[in-house]
Amino acid sequence: MISARGKAPLIRVRRAYGQIVEGEALVSREGFSPRYDLDRWTGLISRPGHALEGHNLKDKVLITPSAKGGIAAGWAFYDIKHKGIAPKAFVFGVTNPVMVQGAVFAGITITEGWSRDPYAWIHTGDIVRVDPLKKTLQLIESRR
Amino acid sequence: MQLTPDEKKMLRGGKGAAIKEALELQIEVGKFFGAKRLVPVSNVHMMGDIEVMGDSGKAFLARMSEAGAQCTVPTTTNARCIDFDYVAKLRQNPDEAAKERELIGYLRKMDVITADTCINYQTLYQPHQGERVAWGDTGTVIYANSVFGARSNFEAGPAALAAGITGRVAEYGFQLDAHRKGTLLVNVKADLEDFADWGALGKLVGEAHQDYFAVPVFNGIKRPPTADQLKHLGASLASYGSMGMFHMLGVTPEAPTLKAAFGGNKPVSTTTITNRDIARVYAGYDPKNNPLNLVVFSGPQQSLFEMKNLARLLAGKKIKPGSHLFVTTSNGVKSAARALGYLEAIEAAGAIVLEGVCFYILQNIGQIRVQNGWSNLVTNSAKLANIIGAHKFNTILRRTDDCVRIALTGEDR
Repeated sequence: MISARGKAPLIRVRRAYGQIVEGEALVSREGFSPRYDLDRWTGLISRPGHALEGHNLKDKVLITPSAKGGIAAGWAFYDIKHKGIAPKAFVFGVTNPVMVQGAVFAGITITEGWSRDPYAWIHTGDIVRVDPLKKTLQLIESRR
Repeated sequence: MQLTPDEKKMLRGGKGAAIKEALELQIEVGKFFGAKRLVPVSNVHMMGDIEVMGDSGKAFLARMSEAGAQCTVPTTTNARCIDFDYVAKLRQNPDEAAKERELIGYLRKMDVITADTCINYQTLYQPHQGERVAWGDTGTVIYANSVFGARSNFEAGPAALAAGITGRVAEYGFQLDAHRKGTLLVNVKADLEDFADWGALGKLVGEAHQDYFAVPVFNGIKRPPTADQLKHLGASLASYGSMGMFHMLGVTPEAPTLKAAFGGNKPVSTTTITNRDIARVYAGYDPKNNPLNLVVFSGPQQSLFEMKNLARLLAGKKIKPGSHLFVTTSNGVKSAARALGYLEAIEAAGAIVLEGVCFYILQNIGQIRVQNGWSNLVTNSAKLANIIGAHKFNTILRRTDDCVRIALTGEDR
């Protein structure tokens, strides 16, 4: 386990809402829909063939390039929050208002846009910190 | 964000706890997108049913209605997950049906008009150019922005309800001129006759440019499209591309010329869609040697004109024994179809016509699929072909006539 604090570059996010959170990264190069990719009873990414199939969203920082799905997703974040299986944060490359409305409604940290490609620096299992006030995403600990 | 004295009073709780909570949600979302102010809306359309919101969402509605929340502008509901006349027949969960009734009670207490339709833009309310509304589902939003020139973002259930309560939305996204200009040029050389052709066009453009803020401009449309054709195009673009607006040269109100449609933007890409491209979409579906025993006309709900056409195609015929044909529409359209004899023709053929629902959000749809042994789902809706895959259906997009023929014979030519 190597501490990466101060080594990996700070990634700036364009837009952000929520509390500062630190948690284990779950990194996907595929977009995410809480309706179509997620089992809303277990928190498992369940859609066959999804890049994160079999991973559990609970307490993770989900890093994903885009939002998928329609209006119904707006209730889904609140639902998983109350079932205790919500992630700590959603870090989107691009998103749509439904995801933002849903995350704000559920009180889950959400960001959009990144100043540099996070995939070069952050991998699933790493510990990251999301600071919506400073609009930053930071690798805290690399676990590769 | 700049707030009016009235909004400041709301935020202080001077107009009640429910309004305060609704406004706080809207302000946080607005701040995320850099909105400078809130703007009034004249109409709200919201998604709210037990399948999408679950017990926690129902508890939220109960709390808001008990707190005295009232919609201050006309607020209607989108398609829901239960047609109460068909709960037993579809083997839906009676406990969930009871929750749905309870939830509808909370909405009505807040003065929500539970119209339960996803074609409100055809049946309930047609905003004028520039009118600000707060709508969901996505198909209603893209139609409002593109065809009417009205202004709406995708408003999820809680966000739309908040808009209904406060009578406002934060001004961002498609509420602003800046985001309403074209970004992609699509030259259309395809003939686009059936609804499914229009949906296939939406799939090709949407899949290739998945971005809420991408605004395709369609050029070269050969014949002026009907409202139903635009409905299928919009629903498909929104579904495959997460898009909220398009322009069509000479058709939609903000696109009298290419220059006006792009408003100074340079198209980031130029695509040409031909008949061959559309044919390739149809060729891309594979029944995987499983029977073609389920045909669905839904997503969006059928208009009266679509019902009339289905009645014509099905008149005097019978669906193949063992096959199923489902049609979903609104209460208003079904009632009119009944009065006009269309419903009788469709039902006499063996079809099931559900009202107030959409097929893909039906409560228990995954189990219904398993119980009936369905694998393939044939539809003329590109949107439905996209989204119902989540319930492990293998979908096949076909033209309307072909869908009906498959329902009658089980054969895809």
